[in-house]
Amino acid sequence: MSDTDILLKIRGLEVEGHSESGWSPIIRGVDLTLRRGEVLGLIGESGAGKSTLGLAAMGFARPGCRITAGSVEFDGIDLVRASEPEKRRLWGTRLTYVAQSAAASFNPAQRLIDQTIAASVREGLRTGADAAADARALYGSLMLPEPATIGRRYPHQVSGGQLQRVMTAMAISPRPNLVVFDEPTTALDVTTQVEVLLAMRKAVREHGAAAIYITHDLAVVAQMADRIKVLRHGAEVEEAPTREMLAAPKEAYTRSLWSVRLLNKPARASEDAVLTVEGVDAAYGTATVLDDVSIRLPRGRTVAIVGESGSGKSTTARVVTGLLPPRTGVVRFNGAVLPPALAARSKDQLRRIQMIYQMADTAMNPRQTVEEIIGRPLTFYHGLRGAALERRVVDLLDQIELPAHFIDRLPSELSGGQKQRICIARALAAEPDVIICDEVTSALDQIVQENILKLLMRLQEEQGLSYLFITHDIATVEAIADEIVVMHKGRVVEQGGKDQVLAPPHPDYTRLLLSSVPEMDPDWLTRISEARGLG
Amino acid sequence: MHPVLRTIVKRLGLGLVTLFLVSIIIFSAVDMLPGDFGQAVLGQAATEEAVAAFRRELGLDEPLVVRYFDWLGALVQGDLGTSFSGRASSGIDRSRPVADLVAPRLANTLFLAGMTALIAVPLALALGITSALWRNSWYDRTASAATLTTISFPEFFVAYILILLLGTLWPIFPSLANVRPEMSFGERIGVSVLPALTLTLVIVAHMMRMTRAAILNLMASPYIEMARLKGESPRRVILLHALPNAWAPIATVIAFNLAYLVVGVVVVEVVFVYPGIGQLTVDAVSSRDIPVVQACALFFAATYILLNLIADVIGIVTNPRLLHPK
Amino acid sequence: MTQSQPITAAASGPRIRRSRAERLGRALKKAPASAHLGLVIIVAYLTVAILAPVIAPHGEAQVFAQPFAPWSAEHWLGTDQIGRDILSRLIYGARNTIGIALATTFLAFLIGGGLGLAAAIGRGWLDQLLSRAVDVLMAIPSLIFALMLLSIFGASSLNLILIIAVIDSTRVFRLTRSVAVSVAVMDYVEAARLRGEGLGWVMRREILPNILPPLVAEFGLRFCFVFLTIASLSFLGVGIQPPSADWGSMVRETAQLIQFAQYDLKAALTPLIPAAAIALITVGVNYVVDWFLHTASGLRDDV
Repeated sequence: MSDTDILLKIRGLEVEGHSESGWSPIIRGVDLTLRRGEVLGLIGESGAGKSTLGLAAMGFARPGCRITAGSVEFDGIDLVRASEPEKRRLWGTRLTYVAQSAAASFNPAQRLIDQTIAASVREGLRTGADAAADARALYGSLMLPEPATIGRRYPHQVSGGQLQRVMTAMAISPRPNLVVFDEPTTALDVTTQVEVLLAMRKAVREHGAAAIYITHDLAVVAQMADRIKVLRHGAEVEEAPTREMLAAPKEAYTRSLWSVRLLNKPARASEDAVLTVEGVDAAYGTATVLDDVSIRLPRGRTVAIVGESGSGKSTTARVVTGLLPPRTGVVRFNGAVLPPALAARSKDQLRRIQMIYQMADTAMNPRQTVEEIIGRPLTFYHGLRGAALERRVVDLLDQIELPAHFIDRLPSELSGGQKQRICIARALAAEPDVIICDEVTSALDQIVQENILKLLMRLQEEQGLSYLFITHDIATVEAIADEIVVMHKGRVVEQGGKDQVLAPPHPDYTRLLLSSVPEMDPDWLTRISEARGLG
Repeated sequence: MHPVLRTIVKRLGLGLVTLFLVSIIIFSAVDMLPGDFGQAVLGQAATEEAVAAFRRELGLDEPLVVRYFDWLGALVQGDLGTSFSGRASSGIDRSRPVADLVAPRLANTLFLAGMTALIAVPLALALGITSALWRNSWYDRTASAATLTTISFPEFFVAYILILLLGTLWPIFPSLANVRPEMSFGERIGVSVLPALTLTLVIVAHMMRMTRAAILNLMASPYIEMARLKGESPRRVILLHALPNAWAPIATVIAFNLAYLVVGVVVVEVVFVYPGIGQLTVDAVSSRDIPVVQACALFFAATYILLNLIADVIGIVTNPRLLHPK
Repeated sequence: MTQSQPITAAASGPRIRRSRAERLGRALKKAPASAHLGLVIIVAYLTVAILAPVIAPHGEAQVFAQPFAPWSAEHWLGTDQIGRDILSRLIYGARNTIGIALATTFLAFLIGGGLGLAAAIGRGWLDQLLSRAVDVLMAIPSLIFALMLLSIFGASSLNLILIIAVIDSTRVFRLTRSVAVSVAVMDYVEAARLRGEGLGWVMRREILPNILPPLVAEFGLRFCFVFLTIASLSFLGVGIQPPSADWGSMVRETAQLIQFAQYDLKAALTPLIPAAAIALITVGVNYVVDWFLHTASGLRDDV
């Protein structure tokens, strides 16, 4: 490899971040080499320092961060030592950036096309008219609708998936040497994600730019990157060519990044239904959100409700819990009709259906200790007090695999996974028949997800619990479900045993949804685009 | 109708409704007067007939609704009623129409408020924007500590310090601001310097802190980081990216502080014996001259509502979501 | 830094929660100088207010022969326009002014906080009605509103407290409602409702503890505002009435002495002393509130 081939060379980079307690390291001595036209994937869990490293590759440190050691050499220029004006001449033209939230990263007061071409025109790379014509051509090649006029719109007039493609056009427009993609599809639904991934890959390949692609999803980065670097706690775990890493990761930590995909519980059938939703229509005001929804939850089994945002899966949970009484239809529990409204249900009916939330952070009162949080349902439903209460709390902590001394902690002293365990213990304390799990693992890192899912399955085995498991993530469904309900726009599209739903033939929407889930195969995106004729 | 226009009309309507409700509150305040009020105004020596006549004149015998609409009708025609002062038990009525009392005072107060606003608003915006730009510098810290301190000062404290320093120890400016109608424009400005300076010091601290907060809030948006990552210079980041989105918060800050100015004016006018509507209000309150108090309160409330309305409208016409609907 | 790692500290034994006093002590140790200054000011003022009859050299309304007497050993700060000892009135003034401002602020929080909480939890028509009413009341500048009501009901300490408390409760209502609404939509409140908890429990145990820090901070700020309003009204002559000593009217009564600054600077400073007393306590409270707002975001004893 000749030296002129190397575009970016990072050596011994250290970045610190400022917090209440002073400066603490975020990046601890990372090396990185990127050749021209090459795509490097950066992957790691939350807090691994991926975004900080991606920005540092541009010589940029967020407010409250500083580069303390090392060098970032971009095409012979050391960005750590370069002056701000020197760096500004590179930013937006030779070094560009695609942010996670397109909706928040566009200036709301400017037209899209003006933002797309601003940097090229400012640096005199092209005239405004030339740059605009080129931008329209880029919009077209990225399969944006109405490429000739979409640039005249303002950010709020365009959907999230389209905005992310406009931002890709903005990054490519000055024909940069390096594009940094920072979790660009994390906020999108899977079916939208496919189109955006295709657009980004096409843009990078056609224009020969090198790229750093940051994500927490290995299946996504496998589609985009030639090589992958795994980060943890601000340091490198390993780096390898994509196929090599997927086939044979050197480090155990790397494998844990897709640990949930390795779980697959065999589906079991059951005839005895503990809970049924029958012909439910529900609405917020005049907007209908559920249309004739019927769901059957077998006793001691897990039914996964799958769908994208706005599919009505969380609304279904609200109907079951009584928070949103349905317009028509009923919810039956053990064969008997449940009163539609929460207020009309008896204490025992409430006790038997418990709920666990997505954000454990907001699901626990920050001013109550673990003992108060888990103890309240014990007192409320079972009348436990004093020493008996404390014994039972410790017993529940043991069931969720946490030590007894956690009894005095506040939620702010717990990690994300521990918080979710406490929420599970609170649900268990009621001794319920059914637990509704609303995206309970989607805010967690992979390895934590795996442990929570295993815990839930073990508890189901031991206590015969039935789960109504709401999720948008197919890997989670494969891991835990016995039966699957696919929802789309407030209707149930398909339901049945896991093996039956996941195997063809599928109704149209299920096929679209399932085929949009990135697979751990570097050729998946190519295959899917050919299959859909998008190539 | 264009959404911008529709929203503005809605806000205007809401402002009018608020003003209407406020006028009801201010008007019906008269009804809460204690029973012996006529006696109190006319003096202990007033005859029973005189008191009864006074009650009739106030219309206390008629139903509230009828009286309110009579009052409102007269108000629309510029008739604010008649002052209570100048009445005496003698039966000779030397009272004057409220409008004649209020009009000249109103002009004086608007002059003082305008002069203050012209100094304070640009100054506060400049200080607020610069301390946001250089946040956590010594400049920002000093400004922050200084404003946190002066915010706590009552207006008359600031006023008397200024009088002590600039009025008596080093008599540069007159410490009494007794403007008279025959004064020239320059003379007016001369005597109004100390009151205007007092008001400026009082509102600049507030306005600067709020401007700084509004800008910092904006500078934390992802699109500002994006602008920087596109290589925009600090000047262009502020002018092209922050400012076009900052009009609404800045307008709110200015409106809030100008409204505060209206209140601060009352105390400052009394300190400097400035013949404005604030002092008129205080005098009327002391002598329980209700019609004058009502007129003044209505003026202050209307100003307050109008300022907030203007800020809202600025927020609406600079909002791209409303300007360019889907 | 005396800071220890919260997790390891908690892991060392099952029962290590610190007492309230210990936590307060630790928090104080880390407080900035401005907060210490503020606390010292507040404590000093409260001491003076409570011990006024013991400390004051003369009576509150005791009249001496010489009006406008200069500073002397007998009258440290001289006498006022009718010959009352200014230092003694300053000391009694602390009692009157702080007492009335505190009573007013408590009443405002009782009214505004209670209604705000009810509106936030009940929502529906009560919320609509109260919120619209507050919008209208807040369209009248508070000092002007207070002046108008005082002109109707007459100036007395009781009227002063009632009128300002009612006017100020609108601001308290708004804040309480908005913070309570933001807490009421939290999942843990929903979880409590799903458990079948009654309204009282949800309010007392789930919502109130979480809105307390902003409300405590607001109490400090509202106290400053009420204090300044009462001082202004008294200065204007329609607040606390003679012969009760209070700082606002003391400023007004001795204001003319400023004109003699070139001849007797001490006399000219006399009206500024009660004014500075007013400024100093609001500065002190503001410093403490500022510090409180910074620390209240981290709820732990160790943070």
